Amino acid sequence: MTEIDLDSVSIRELNQALHDLKPDTNQTHWKARNPRGKHALAVGLEVPVTIEIDGHVGYYCGGMNKEASIVINGQCGWGVGENIMSGTIRVKGNASESAAASGHGGLVIIEGDASSRCGISMKGVDIVVLGSVGHMSAFMGQSGRLVVLGDADEDLGSSLYEAEIYVRGNVASLGADCEEKEMTEEHRAALGELLARAEVDVDPASFKRFGSARKLYHFHVDHADAY
Amino acid sequence: MCGIVGLFLKNRSLEPQLGGWLRDMLIGMTDRGPDSSGLAIYSSSAGEGRVKFTLSHHDRGYPWQALAIDLADALGATATIMSRANHAVVVTDGPEPEVDLWLRRNHPEVRIVAIGQRMEIFKDIGLPIEVSDRFGIAGMSGSHGIGHTRMATESAVTTEHAHPFNAGDDICLVHNGSLSNHNELRRWLRRRGMNFETDNDSEVAARYFAYRMSEGATLGEALEAGLSDLDGFYTFTVGTRDGFAVIRDGIAAKPAVLAETDDWVAMASEYRSLAHLPGVDGAVVWEPKPERVYTWHLENAA
Repeated sequence: MTEIDLDSVSIRELNQALHDLKPDTNQTHWKARNPRGKHALAVGLEVPVTIEIDGHVGYYCGGMNKEASIVINGQCGWGVGENIMSGTIRVKGNASESAAASGHGGLVIIEGDASSRCGISMKGVDIVVLGSVGHMSAFMGQSGRLVVLGDADEDLGSSLYEAEIYVRGNVASLGADCEEKEMTEEHRAALGELLARAEVDVDPASFKRFGSARKLYHFHVDHADAY
Repeated sequence: MCGIVGLFLKNRSLEPQLGGWLRDMLIGMTDRGPDSSGLAIYSSSAGEGRVKFTLSHHDRGYPWQALAIDLADALGATATIMSRANHAVVVTDGPEPEVDLWLRRNHPEVRIVAIGQRMEIFKDIGLPIEVSDRFGIAGMSGSHGIGHTRMATESAVTTEHAHPFNAGDDICLVHNGSLSNHNELRRWLRRRGMNFETDNDSEVAARYFAYRMSEGATLGEALEAGLSDLDGFYTFTVGTRDGFAVIRDGIAAKPAVLAETDDWVAMASEYRSLAHLPGVDGAVVWEPKPERVYTWHLENAA
């Protein structure tokens, strides 16, 4: 294991060391201490290594991640895993706004709560939140799945494209063009597989499923008020 | 951008630490606001029948002692003054409106930064570390304080436009965001007798809350009223003589994080400013919800 103390090593030095790793590196396990809310930790990784961060991190931790597995033993500032392409990010605490924003792939697991706009503009990432999510989550989500074991605040899935949303608790309100959808056996099986990957032991049948009503896809004069 | 911080001590024995902790919190927000910065500190009371005026002048050699003597002679009052860099705090038993009028008439070159029983404000152009150390913030004690680091977006970079903004009577505010209806609100408040020192949107918010409280609203009620009257993006942290509050607009696009222990409550735009607070590892850390008022009040306020 390679250990890094961020009180003496800069973020740029740590990120450069991680960027310099070859896919067949033997340094497959890293641990960073004392992040103290600093921004842009472990961003842009492209190799299948594991990075554990002990403490609270600032903005954009794990942004643009490919392949790597990132574990944050603390809370996150804005945009954890923004634009994630693949790999896994697990947050043991809460995440602030815009978690996994624009994520194209991979899996982001938030063991606590996520704040506003979780999964905004998601493009294929799977997000599993064990707690609750704030308002405007999955806003304009295009693809991928947002799974919430707790509650969702106002305007869930507003202006949604084809991302799917699963919520186990209460939904304060649905956003424009978001509606509850039928939960078929196929959806339950796929959700069960995702929950297993996230190592979450709950019954997929206990979720409600939400998606786009597809009324905002094209201009329709009768809907002028909604545009 | 802009960074804001606030610290409210629940354990009064920590009061001597307030300035030092706030200085470090302010420095933590340097990246968010390198243009100017400032702090409001709620320190010891001016005493029964007395009021504090924080004044400033661009010249560090300004003859503050002479001003205090003239003020005392003219109003038949006592006045003591202590200068810190280009600011000075006058404590006087002269009636507040008379002192205010005398200063404006006789010393228009001096700016009135703050008026209150307990609050003192120090703000200037420069990096947070420079401004804090210019005023000796680390040595200040008090029960609570709020601070701001500014990256200017809507009005000039001057000492006048630096936050915090005081609206008299120990009320002050720091703001991260921008208001879109501040001109309209400023006219509305002027018609109701409020005077303005700058064209800054955040000053409008400070005076708006002060106006609501002068109508009898509590701090929490004033902030609730602002949710429908203030249009724009904002995270506000507000200080009063014995209170401390945080509120975010309905979209909540301006960041905020709160941390609380048995000894203190701290607010900052980002966790970076909380990371070095003693006891933060055991603190409850959370993000304030949109349109929710968070308030704390001192018990047995001085």
